Amino acid sequence: MKLSEQLGVGEENDIFKIGTRVFNSRLLVGTGKYKNFVETKEAIQNSGAEIVTVAIRRTNIGQNQDEPNLLEYLPASEFTYLPNTAGCFNSEDAIRTLRLARELLDGHNLVKLEVLGDKDTLYPNVIETVEAAKILVKEGFEVMVYTSDDPIIARMLEDIGCVAIMPLASLIGSGMGILNPWNLDIIIKNANVPVIVDAGVGTASDAAIAMELGCDGVLMNTAIAEAQNPIKMARAMKKAIEAGREAFLSGRMNKKLYKGSPSSPTSGLIK
Amino acid sequence: MINGSEKLIDRNILVYDLILQLGIENKRYAIECNGEIIPKSEIKNRTINEGDKFEIVGAVGGG
Repeated sequence: MKLSEQLGVGEENDIFKIGTRVFNSRLLVGTGKYKNFVETKEAIQNSGAEIVTVAIRRTNIGQNQDEPNLLEYLPASEFTYLPNTAGCFNSEDAIRTLRLARELLDGHNLVKLEVLGDKDTLYPNVIETVEAAKILVKEGFEVMVYTSDDPIIARMLEDIGCVAIMPLASLIGSGMGILNPWNLDIIIKNANVPVIVDAGVGTASDAAIAMELGCDGVLMNTAIAEAQNPIKMARAMKKAIEAGREAFLSGRMNKKLYKGSPSSPTSGLIK
Repeated sequence: MINGSEKLIDRNILVYDLILQLGIENKRYAIECNGEIIPKSEIKNRTINEGDKFEIVGAVGGG
């Protein structure tokens, strides 16, 4: 047996389970803001993501009936859809959207709940989020929930029965990175369900830091879609997630404040 | 009303006929009438009444 297997830190033992489903990739990606569906698909394939978020919107009626459809480019045989409630500002709209999503996706029950509280910052309304979560969990949805980085709300959402807690790193689409690693740390240490950073990641190091903190995964959209080269950034994110995860599992060295420690022997120096 | 726009349709047609008229029978969609989802198994049994409000949705790119 290899040493890595004995220690239980090999990739083969590193299971990522959300609710009743098991995944290999810890990178979850959105499908918005790309130039076209070809770029969407190529970026997502390069990211290695298995879970892709989709939004639910009114169908175009009476025009462009032959228009290509996102789901044809990202078939259910290759990806797990995560319908979201983006754009909903109260629990009723969010619940209604996800019921429609379940009907649209033939009973699929893994969903992303997000209820926004402000049009400018897109900051979540956690009170409406908690209300919606209670009802959706009762209706049999497996709810992955976008929330603030408040550890108390995170625990409440877990107690309600959400299958993943998804705190923001910074505002949606801002690319400002991880602004409060200390709150994320508290959430991670207290959670018994996966904690997935959702929103705010701007570049690969942000994703790696999230994973090094012990997050179970990262969900991002804009960081890839709005990169000058989305395909290359998708590959960078895949590596960052894997590197961050392995670094976390490795158990990093202790920090020694204000004291250096040579890596070469201090004896046997020539005189 | 369909997705917020008024539409004139024949009396007493089925929801399924509306879907055919809109040409979306082979698309992935979900349909709601007056705030209640009509399961796909039901669309051939449901008649449209005057003033019904429909929402027809699909999946689009989003984060």
